[in-house]
Amino acid sequence: MRTRLIRTSACAGWVLAAAVMATLGGCAAGPNPRDPLEPFNRKVSEFNQGVDSIVLKPAAIVYKNATPPLVRTGVSNFFGNLRDFWSFVNSTLQFKLQDAVESLARFQVNTMFGLGGIIDVASELNIERHKEDFGQTLGRWGVPPGPYLVLPFLGPSTMRDTLALPVDYQGDLLRKVTPSAPRDALYVLRAIDARANLLRIGGVIDEAALDKYSFTRDAYLQKRQAEIFENKHDDDKDGAEPKDGEIPPLPDDGPAKAPAAGQPQPVPAR
Amino acid sequence: MNRRMFGQWAATVALAISAAFAPLAQAADEAPDAMIKRLSDEVLGAIKSDKAIQAGDTSRILALVDSKIMPNVNFARMTAAAVGPAWRQATPEQRAKLQEEFKILLVRTYSGALAQVDDQTISIKPQRSAPTDTDVVVRSEIRGRGDPIQLEYRLEKTPGQGAGWKIYNLNVLGVWLVETYRSQFAQEISAKGVDGLIAALAERNKTNANAGANTSKKG
Repeated sequence: MRTRLIRTSACAGWVLAAAVMATLGGCAAGPNPRDPLEPFNRKVSEFNQGVDSIVLKPAAIVYKNATPPLVRTGVSNFFGNLRDFWSFVNSTLQFKLQDAVESLARFQVNTMFGLGGIIDVASELNIERHKEDFGQTLGRWGVPPGPYLVLPFLGPSTMRDTLALPVDYQGDLLRKVTPSAPRDALYVLRAIDARANLLRIGGVIDEAALDKYSFTRDAYLQKRQAEIFENKHDDDKDGAEPKDGEIPPLPDDGPAKAPAAGQPQPVPAR
Repeated sequence: MNRRMFGQWAATVALAISAAFAPLAQAADEAPDAMIKRLSDEVLGAIKSDKAIQAGDTSRILALVDSKIMPNVNFARMTAAAVGPAWRQATPEQRAKLQEEFKILLVRTYSGALAQVDDQTISIKPQRSAPTDTDVVVRSEIRGRGDPIQLEYRLEKTPGQGAGWKIYNLNVLGVWLVETYRSQFAQEISAKGVDGLIAALAERNKTNANAGANTSKKG
């Protein structure tokens, strides 16, 4: 059910985005060149926040109160371990061989010695986690992020990362779980686990932001850029201020963490 | 005898004076990464030994920030960068207010994170700048439970006696602080001017303070 939901919502995002683009037609981009669909995106953000406050956040709170921390850590580790395998594939596609070796080692060690990924033995052994998804791989290959896009249910993304979602979905090991009932339960558990991990952050964005939408967008695009070009820092420019009158260059890249398909990008905690 | 005593006294005084000035000289020559390391350790140490800060006492955190962190930050430059071109037209009073409100906003935002410090350690990554550079990035990593958190600082070397390195931008997990505020500030300024931005910041701080008071009453 989750699967279908994700698929539908990703599709809906596309259709809607295309429709909005068509109506905007030639009429110039909004004030922010990276976010020509701002009015549409703001509506979707509001919608996502509504969904979060009615469904996801309450579910995450119940889950957090009902399960001991050790169980929750095990659940996070289990999903993280499945993710490590997809990170291995994507690191390989990006020719980040060191990272690929480490991700594969993590996956093997945790699957074999960590009870199928429930115990994160690899981190105890100081094997670092490198999160990679197909959107990052495309970015590494030189595909530009395109306009910022807020997807229904999934949250912040970009055109490129939305295009990458179906591939991430194919590479999601949870998809291989055959009877659909336990698989869908796992999808739901993953969403709740991800949201529960954000509860601690609480209302940080609410407190820090003057405009939550712009704050999320600007942070997200920067973070995504940093994830893709993690080793290519520009010491002369990163975080330096723009020259007088120059419009600050927007990060050349999209969103934080294109969610692995099936894993909703939780709306920022409140 | 007297002469010897005087000699001893003079030596002691000389020692005391050089000891008093040594940190200054050291601060001026201190490498940026060494400074960040020292500062991080001092702040973490101060938090670990202060129950009030761990409980989220904003005034204590503000005091810590003012005494330990702010002397090493060029906050005027940071605020100016976030405000953008409108900074040049702002009056000195407006600039002072912008800095004050922006500082409170940031301190409140980070106080929640600071209150959660327990067994974390800081490691500084190898420095890539040349010793002659006057504008550098220092990369550090906070390690504790969960995934490590990357923290980067952009620093400038300010000329003059005892000035040394000053932080003017901060990056948490790939997100630069100043850049994240720039378009929000620009939005406010284009809609309501510099005073509108000051008012919006003050309003946000007021709401945050009230919300904080409510949660601490509940908790």
